[in-house]
Amino acid sequence: MTELITVVLLFVGTLFTLLAAIGILRMPDVFMRMQVATKAATLGVACVALAAATHFGDLATIARSLLIVLFLYLTAPVAAHTIGRAAYVAGAKLWEGTIIDELRGRHRKGPQPPSSLATNDTTAAEDRQSRTDRGEQRQVDLS
Amino acid sequence: MIETLRGLSLLDVTLPVVLALLAFGILLAVVRLLRGPTLPDRVVAIDLIATQAVAMLASSAIAFNEPALLQPALVLTLIAFVGTVAFARYVAKRASS
Repeated sequence: MTELITVVLLFVGTLFTLLAAIGILRMPDVFMRMQVATKAATLGVACVALAAATHFGDLATIARSLLIVLFLYLTAPVAAHTIGRAAYVAGAKLWEGTIIDELRGRHRKGPQPPSSLATNDTTAAEDRQSRTDRGEQRQVDLS
Repeated sequence: MIETLRGLSLLDVTLPVVLALLAFGILLAVVRLLRGPTLPDRVVAIDLIATQAVAMLASSAIAFNEPALLQPALVLTLIAFVGTVAFARYVAKRASS
């Protein structure tokens, strides 16, 4: 039974980690790459660490595995946020299909708005406000 | 022990597959590290490689029946965080100067 749990956790963890690797290769801009690398890989490594905990089953190993999971869950979001912010401040390019950029105009060297955002000159907050005033639903077109 | 073909346990069959898939994942992240195109992309790739190395160490601990390998995994988690934050600060500082 323990073995079955170990194998399932290992396999799920590996698949999630592999998914993160495929994502970082295929995603179109830094922010999506950062997002996919952080979320999928964090879940994947947590599963693998828990697999190690169930496989060995002694107190020292379980404590270490849980510590790995704890530190990973504490540090991964902070690291991702810092990279994302640094990339934005440095003017990283946004994907052409980007629908909303709420930080637009807040940073001197922020990214050039992609063509999907460049049509009107309102900031995202004003845009949203005017849309809610008119009672419009935001149409999301991801094609 | 769950027996499969030729008396191998289920874990014996899974572990090589798992290690191979993790290694392939690291390879994909290395491709992104080399291709860039900007510094933040590379920082994200390094962060992912460190995370995948932690997964590799944890599964190697199971594969070689060596629980001591979890200690480097723990240290690597923390070092990767410090490294990523330092790189991110460098990127932001370089942009503002």
